Amino acid sequence: MRIRAITLRILRQFIHDKRTMALMFIAPLIVLSLMSLVFNGDAYEPKIGVSGVPLNISAALKEENTTIKEYASEELGKSALVEGKIDALITLNGNVGNSGVIPQVLLEGSNPTANKAVIMTLQKLSQKLLPSTEEQLQLQPQISYLYGSENMKTIDRFGPIMIGVFVFFFVFLIAGVSFLRERTTGTLERLLSTPLKRWEIVLGYVCGFGIFTVFQALLISWFSIQILGIMMTGSFGYVMLITLLLSMTALTLGTLLSAFAANELQMIQFIPLIIVPQVFLSGLFPLDTLPLWLQRIGYATPIYYGSEALMNIMIRGKGWNSIALDVYVLIGFSLLFMVLNVLALRKHRKM
Amino acid sequence: MGSEVPVISVSHVSKAFGDKQVLEDISLQVERAETFGILGPSGSGKTTLVKLLTGIDEVTSGEVKVLGVTMPKLSMLQQIGYMAQSDALYTELSAKENLEFFAALYGLKGAERGKRIKAVMELVDLQEHLRKRVDQYSGGMKRRLSLAIALLHEPPLLLLDEPTVGIDPVLRLSIWKELKALNEKGTTIVLTTHVMDEAEKCDRLGMIRDGKLLAADTPTGLLEATGSASIEEAFLYYGGVRS
Repeated sequence: MRIRAITLRILRQFIHDKRTMALMFIAPLIVLSLMSLVFNGDAYEPKIGVSGVPLNISAALKEENTTIKEYASEELGKSALVEGKIDALITLNGNVGNSGVIPQVLLEGSNPTANKAVIMTLQKLSQKLLPSTEEQLQLQPQISYLYGSENMKTIDRFGPIMIGVFVFFFVFLIAGVSFLRERTTGTLERLLSTPLKRWEIVLGYVCGFGIFTVFQALLISWFSIQILGIMMTGSFGYVMLITLLLSMTALTLGTLLSAFAANELQMIQFIPLIIVPQVFLSGLFPLDTLPLWLQRIGYATPIYYGSEALMNIMIRGKGWNSIALDVYVLIGFSLLFMVLNVLALRKHRKM
Repeated sequence: MGSEVPVISVSHVSKAFGDKQVLEDISLQVERAETFGILGPSGSGKTTLVKLLTGIDEVTSGEVKVLGVTMPKLSMLQQIGYMAQSDALYTELSAKENLEFFAALYGLKGAERGKRIKAVMELVDLQEHLRKRVDQYSGGMKRRLSLAIALLHEPPLLLLDEPTVGIDPVLRLSIWKELKALNEKGTTIVLTTHVMDEAEKCDRLGMIRDGKLLAADTPTGLLEATGSASIEEAFLYYGGVRS
């Protein structure tokens, strides 16, 4: 009897909380469909640049599932590689062997999936064009890496992204819940009955959590690089800067969204809606295999910019110029969320 | 000075949340240094009225003036000490940390801050528990700490929403003594209550029911006008419930 009463009460609570109910049913569908889109994305098509390669080879390359771009000089090809427009550059300059010219393959290298795809294509090609195993061995392309190396592990690729994701996730949740608690415990109303201005509350939160997140960023970056041994070729200072900016974005977004949650449970419901999709679209999987509309959503998520910058710093060892845009975008997100936060507080006090 | 501006002047105020009319055409005035009690059953609109006085909420129609200034006005909040119905305290902090935080919000600094914290904690008889975390406080202690915070910056106007709920009779008596002492110093107090015997201690009373102000007068005035022996009877008289 008592069990029945409890069962009934829980069912009634669910019925009263339509959002929790919707989340239980709909959120898994959203996440699953996103996963299926990501994992069933078309096989990765490597983009290969060629320079000074005989026509028959580039024609054969085109027959494989690749995108071929021809460059007039090796320099042009290299700069395209640095900009990330192509995954590999094949040249035939130099070293003349006994029975031909050994192809030189320079891989961009930061994405193990793309590396593998290029090497597979080349293997298929050499089997097709060169009849004997001997020739195949002799004319084995020489592979070198612009960034990374053949020893690069998957974790080296995922590491920078995961740093971004975890920093974002925890700051989002903790900041969101603590701001929510201000509302549910009545302290927010109490704050608003003092001469405190709305933007002062928002800024106070940013500063308070800001100090806390500096240490968090320091700890997470240090742990990932020193303890987990994730590949790190760039500046530690930049890694700190990006993790810190990501935390700021997470903090301001978390406090903003807490205005739309009635309790802690509803705050947690934002995880599958706000965090999980960002993880999938963060560059963990190559974005260009996804449908265009999904790619565009990716460009609107903070984690995307954070992990792009972190990859540029940690894997490619790049400097300020290549992360500047990401830095500005993250600052922009934080400022936007802060302004929206101040506006959202109008709900509680107009002045 | 001659005709002094009333501390609070509420004229034809209505408040609706969506379709729900919570307050209807309320007009009242509170003079300097008096204790004005808002009496009414729960759900009658007492808290809403107090929030309009603080300026946290805005009127749907009508006008609220505090010390002659139309509310809501941010700068007026410095003149008001507000005690909410729920204890808005940071329970993971100590009482001292809570007091320091709110003192800072009202711009109290240095030695003055320390002096005020000591004074208000003595007033509510919590000086021994200053360093205790608030989550170890009893319900009554939290209520008293909330009151202490409202008194911190010595505001000329105190708005207290159910200040004595959960406080035992002995302490309630001493709190009333302090409120009266504040009155004598010139502080105006507006408080809500649904405890009838407490209502008799107010200088004047406003009776609210279903968002309407039924009457506003001194306790004796109300008794005489209704020919009742107690405030409770008078309240029932105005509420249209007569035995």
